[in-house]
Amino acid sequence: MTEAAGSAEGRTPQEFERALAAASTAQASFEEEHLPLLKRIQRFLHSYPTVVPFVVLMMGVLLGLLVNYPRFATANNLSTILLQVTIIGILGIAQTLIILTAGIDLSVGVIMVISSVVMGRLGVIDGLPLIIAFPAGLMCGIVFGALNGALVTRLKMPPFIVTLGTLSIIGALNTFYSQSETVRSGDLEAQAPFLQLMGYPIEFAGARIILGTLLLVALAIVVWYMLNRTAFGRHIYATGDDREAAHLAGINTDRILLSVYVLAGFISSVAGWVLIGRVGAISPTSGQDANLDSITAVVIGGTSLFGGRGSIVGTLIGALIVGVFRSAVSLAGLDVLWQQFAVGVLIIVAVALDQWIRRVSN
Amino acid sequence: MSKKLTILSTAAAAALSIALMGAPAHAADTIIGLITKTNTNPFFVKMKEGAEKKAKELGVTLQAYAGKADGDNDGEVAAIEELIAAGAKGFMLVPSDSSAIVPTVEKARKAGLLVIVLDTPLDPINAADATFATDNFKAGELIGQWAKATLGDKAKTAKIATLDLAPNEPSVDYLRHNGFLTGFGIPVKNQKHYAQSDSAQIVGSDVTAGAEEGGRKAMENILQKAPDIDVVYAINEPAAAGGYSALKAAGKDKGVLVVAIDGGCPGVKSVKEGIIGATSQQYPLLMAAKGVEAIVDFVKTGKKPVSTPGLDFFDTGATLITDHPVPGVKSIDSTEGAKLCWG
Repeated sequence: MTEAAGSAEGRTPQEFERALAAASTAQASFEEEHLPLLKRIQRFLHSYPTVVPFVVLMMGVLLGLLVNYPRFATANNLSTILLQVTIIGILGIAQTLIILTAGIDLSVGVIMVISSVVMGRLGVIDGLPLIIAFPAGLMCGIVFGALNGALVTRLKMPPFIVTLGTLSIIGALNTFYSQSETVRSGDLEAQAPFLQLMGYPIEFAGARIILGTLLLVALAIVVWYMLNRTAFGRHIYATGDDREAAHLAGINTDRILLSVYVLAGFISSVAGWVLIGRVGAISPTSGQDANLDSITAVVIGGTSLFGGRGSIVGTLIGALIVGVFRSAVSLAGLDVLWQQFAVGVLIIVAVALDQWIRRVSN
Repeated sequence: MSKKLTILSTAAAAALSIALMGAPAHAADTIIGLITKTNTNPFFVKMKEGAEKKAKELGVTLQAYAGKADGDNDGEVAAIEELIAAGAKGFMLVPSDSSAIVPTVEKARKAGLLVIVLDTPLDPINAADATFATDNFKAGELIGQWAKATLGDKAKTAKIATLDLAPNEPSVDYLRHNGFLTGFGIPVKNQKHYAQSDSAQIVGSDVTAGAEEGGRKAMENILQKAPDIDVVYAINEPAAAGGYSALKAAGKDKGVLVVAIDGGCPGVKSVKEGIIGATSQQYPLLMAAKGVEAIVDFVKTGKKPVSTPGLDFFDTGATLITDHPVPGVKSIDSTEGAKLCWG
């Protein structure tokens, strides 16, 4: 071999080397072009999971335009859709954090409601200054979130069971503490107008956006940054993807999980504040299905229930999809139950797609 | 296999979308909304029927919404927002939370919609343009008076169980409850609230969500605490039927007087069968039909509906139905009640 290499210079190519001249000189590449179309779509979606919810959202918008163009495309209607997805969007952000860790939180809705009830009762009925009432409401979320997190990490209980339990416990505490009384809007206006702040409308060009919707956007940006640009955020993904591996890589997974539950609880109580603004009053029977609605937004938004994969943007789109479909069905003059039906179909399609995308390597 | 599934389900979604698109996009100029508490209670189903029939007759489009469950305020808020966005001229509303819905109703009225509240008045009642309702207090009073007259001397010591509606006590809940007590001769301490502490004769109270299952559960709970009961007051007939089945299962159905409110067809049948002693019949079809008429009238002439003289709402009436009439309380029998019943 060394002899051949040494004498290679300045000689004519040998017989067997002539074939090389006709060979391709292109660099090595993956053979994606030869994959069937379906397989390529699968790969594409694996890299860009938000595309599917985005396409569905566009389909929903198209549907709305088709059923009632003159009504659907008005600034008024579009801002109504935004208004209606605000609460679920905020809860969806909390739920996304939990689901990214392969958990689930059934208690986000009741935490939201009890937080609003605590703020309202302390501020209006007990007449405490806002500087106590408002943080006390937010504390509720932190405390219950910490309870969820502690049960999940210390007692190693499955999140579904933990939050099923706290859903019931917090629900009962809510009924007990609220005495099932609604805090009326007039009393709120008179004694604690700050609590209604998030319902303050900003009008431009016929659209009415409430402050709460802007808060949702701000919150989404902050959490997006945290998830994508900080070590804590990457640790959340890692913990959700493979807890054991993350642990072995030196991540304190228990601490990550506990922080995520506390954070989700806190965001839920912020949702409680926005809920007061949106409804104008505080009803202790609010948000009965809010936990399931938030899970719906997350799942339709393309976040995997098995953890480690998904995004905040997807969840926002997921929430918008539900709102847009509801509006389209309503403007078509159909019963709202068909919106429920459509959302059900979307959930199943979304999860079926997720299962398929996850098998990209096979 | 799963690829096929995915494709199939995507196709199903597409088919649904097409089905939705194919649905007639109503272009009628006048949209009238109807928002009820739920889609499952026959009372509201009948209300929807009455409204739909009237809307067809008058050539307007009725758009119906319902909350997911009794007490679902958020669902009703969303429905009102959608009606405003859809450009409705007005709507009828059965509020799930009489006071929490008020700010949203005000928003709608500011946007120029006529708001007529059916069945359950808002708190405050003048937050709506008009209220078409049964005088729920009077309906409760009727069955209270009947129960008192039927028991005679025993009324003063009779043990009472109450099967109420919901923990947030919407006005229909406390009005019927307190109306019953007043008719029965028990003074009520707080007219806007009910409490077991009103009288030692009330041995148990529980909420039923106005449904049979809830009625049964509530009665079972009460029987645990107080095994001997003479009179059962129920918020409506499904709750009463549930309560009766619990009594029967415990072998305590003999000699217990069950009274309710509503006058639905199954309820009237229960009166005939002797399960329910007496019930106050109300008229949801009439409420909804009158509501549609009033909104159409408002669109045409700008005139708002007026209340019954002496009341702050339009009374659509209530009649006592029983097969054991007592002197001093006007009533009709179950055969006649069946002709007027709903659901």
